[in-house]
Amino acid sequence: MDDAELLERLLGGDESAFTELVRRYHQTLVKVARYYVASATSAEDVAQDTWIAVLRGADKFEGRSSFKTWLLRICVNRARTSGVKEHRTVPVDTNESGPSVSAHRFDQGGFWSDPPVPFTDAIDTRLDNTVLLKAVRDAIDSLGEPQQAVVTLRDVEGLSTQEVATLLGLSEANVRVILHRGRAHVREIVEEAMKGSKL
Amino acid sequence: MKLLPSPLVCRDAVELASDYLDGTLSRRQRRRLEKHLAGCDACTAYLEQMRTTIAASGKVGPEDLPSDVVEGLVNLFRQYRDDK
Repeated sequence: MDDAELLERLLGGDESAFTELVRRYHQTLVKVARYYVASATSAEDVAQDTWIAVLRGADKFEGRSSFKTWLLRICVNRARTSGVKEHRTVPVDTNESGPSVSAHRFDQGGFWSDPPVPFTDAIDTRLDNTVLLKAVRDAIDSLGEPQQAVVTLRDVEGLSTQEVATLLGLSEANVRVILHRGRAHVREIVEEAMKGSKL
Repeated sequence: MKLLPSPLVCRDAVELASDYLDGTLSRRQRRRLEKHLAGCDACTAYLEQMRTTIAASGKVGPEDLPSDVVEGLVNLFRQYRDDK
């Protein structure tokens, strides 16, 4: 069932429709909120406030954007307000100018001295593979901010770079840089995890 | 005399991977990278891993929520429904 149908059911008082929307998006809300607020607890509070706002305003949702975009916008607005109250400075990507792959993996000429071991065909062709998906999820969860919010919105939730930039108030160029570094980090962790896999 | 762009080394090629996969590299940059990839198995493997990782990210799906979080939110929903 898609989000619009679930929202329709929620408006009719269907508890299971609300639970399904929560299941789909709560963790994403927490990750996005975490970019703005000082602690994981605050981020949970923002996510909860977002659901309250959804319950109060669901009948006013006009469908001009997708439910997901509407939900995320509510979350970001609330997180920004909480962050300001906490005097929190939104983190910048401090490693922006450093290499995305460790320098020690290249020789002095800039060529690989420790090249990546290609994934086996079984990994490449089975994206539903639970070992791979767990490794990817763990890797994304290990990212710091702002990489975690950007990778989650772009690659997990499938927003465009432009949508991510608008939502987070960043330039598209900045989102691309953060995304590149986040993806490189995720790839590195997954590469390590897959080395020990028999897939 | 116009100088030809110097060939990429692996260290620089990997920095272009994400933009390449998103199709946001300039034509010149894309050509330089593709020329490098044609002769470099390691960077090709790197790019394929990045591609697989991005595709898998879109399939991780929602995580299981702790039951107390779900319960708390469901209670909010019931409260809201009853107050309506």
